[in-house]
Amino acid sequence: MTREADARDAAGRAVREEGPAVIATLARHVGGDVGLAEDAVQDALVAALQTWPRDGVPRAPGAWITTTARRKAIDRLRRERTLADRTAVLAHLLSLGDDADQDLEAMTDTAMDDRLRLMFTCCHPALGIDARVALTLRMLGGLTTAEIARAFVVPEATMAQRLVRAKRKIAAAHIAYRIPAPHELPDRMTGVLAVVYLVFNEGYAASAGERLGREDLGAEAIRLGRLLVALMPDDAEAIGLLALMLLHDARRAGRVDAAGRYVPLDEQDRALWDRAAIDEGVATLDRALRLRRPGAYQLQAAISALHTQTPTATDTDWPQIAALYGRLARLAPSPVVDVNRAVAVGFADGPAAGLRVLDPLLADGRLDAYQPLHAAHAELLRRAGRVDAARDAFTLAIDLTANAVERIELERRRAALDAVTG
Amino acid sequence: MPQYMLLMYGDPAAGPAEGSPEAQAEFGNWMAYSQAMGEAGAMKSGDALQPIATATTVRVRGGERVVSDGPFAETKELLGGYYIIEATDLDAALDWAAKAPHIEHGSVEVRPVITFG
Repeated sequence: MTREADARDAAGRAVREEGPAVIATLARHVGGDVGLAEDAVQDALVAALQTWPRDGVPRAPGAWITTTARRKAIDRLRRERTLADRTAVLAHLLSLGDDADQDLEAMTDTAMDDRLRLMFTCCHPALGIDARVALTLRMLGGLTTAEIARAFVVPEATMAQRLVRAKRKIAAAHIAYRIPAPHELPDRMTGVLAVVYLVFNEGYAASAGERLGREDLGAEAIRLGRLLVALMPDDAEAIGLLALMLLHDARRAGRVDAAGRYVPLDEQDRALWDRAAIDEGVATLDRALRLRRPGAYQLQAAISALHTQTPTATDTDWPQIAALYGRLARLAPSPVVDVNRAVAVGFADGPAAGLRVLDPLLADGRLDAYQPLHAAHAELLRRAGRVDAARDAFTLAIDLTANAVERIELERRRAALDAVTG
Repeated sequence: MPQYMLLMYGDPAAGPAEGSPEAQAEFGNWMAYSQAMGEAGAMKSGDALQPIATATTVRVRGGERVVSDGPFAETKELLGGYYIIEATDLDAALDWAAKAPHIEHGSVEVRPVITFG
């Protein structure tokens, strides 16, 4: 590699690895203006790309980025801000010696708290959910705008605009850069976990697109999950969410065959599942359960753990899984849970019992366009021997499917139905 | 300290009927609410507005003044009053907003005020 390419590589790596920590701490020093902090880190990257090829990569690239970012923030404040309330911020920044930046090298308590502040600001409920997801990936995950745009299949300009609007709102509305007070914490923590899980699900099963998994997002969500657990080591649901993601992700290699075709759980080659990830997921779940504060993520992780620890699909402990879905439905009622419960009950007590669980959902007009409901309905009808009704339900599900891989699988099942009767 | 405008929106049909004991109680709650914000040093100003039937909208188009009866937009929830408050951050402003007497049947839009320093 050339010296220039080496330097470019080192600069990119330093910003990717140190960027979130630098933004987190700098944002506290500039009164919570995470947009300004992020811009300053970008300025530091540009400066690194200019000087490192010429002068060589510094011995501590992260510290270099940190110090440069702080100086760039000062430049920006001097250049752009004329409002009186910026003066105090500027004076504060100037008072910080370069030594103060070196703290960032270690994950000190202060650095951990800064990272938490950044997380709660990025996931503030006053921001739209799309903006929360994008900000979290950008600021905490260190992903570039182009990477996030690609992952969510939107034009880069759209994603850039979304980020700019969110950062402006944080600054203009004074969204606080702080860890929520104890009485706010449970609610706000739920919001943060929801954002991380959304990122994971986006990676796990793209709702629209030709490929089923976008592994980068799944890996990024797990990385964020690990960070959350490190920051909030006593939060049972944070640990439960990490366990859930690890256990889901462990089955990734089995979900799609060599041709890119979706493989349902009962047909997956369990030898392809990642044993190390399953072991870590189960150990993580145990750690969460020991805290004795049950929650929705822990229950879902427990269901996933039961699947992953069963050697063959026919050995699946469906009564236990149906019972866990029952608890989940009481704790966090949702159509998603009900549909899964119907499938589990269908295996535990027969298709007629499963169909009875679906009846109220099918009667509820609001779920007419909910694809998983019709896919599950079709499958239960097929197993109950009601072929014509099953065909109609498969057709309905196929019409509602945006994911090409899933659609092909549903079409295959519908065709198999006709092969049996015809 | 940042300032926010709290815009008090409500659907007249959803609130207590005019002249009812409930409406009287809510009026008392508004007085108490304003007083609490005043005593906390949060309130800069605030007013209740006359009913929407009294609103007039004016535009000038091509140099010509166009005056029309009614609000600028027909919506179910109508602006009934406002407060300008000072709060340390958005969360503190949202806490005040959530205490508004009509919050169970109306809503509060919280807008940061641009302060020129």
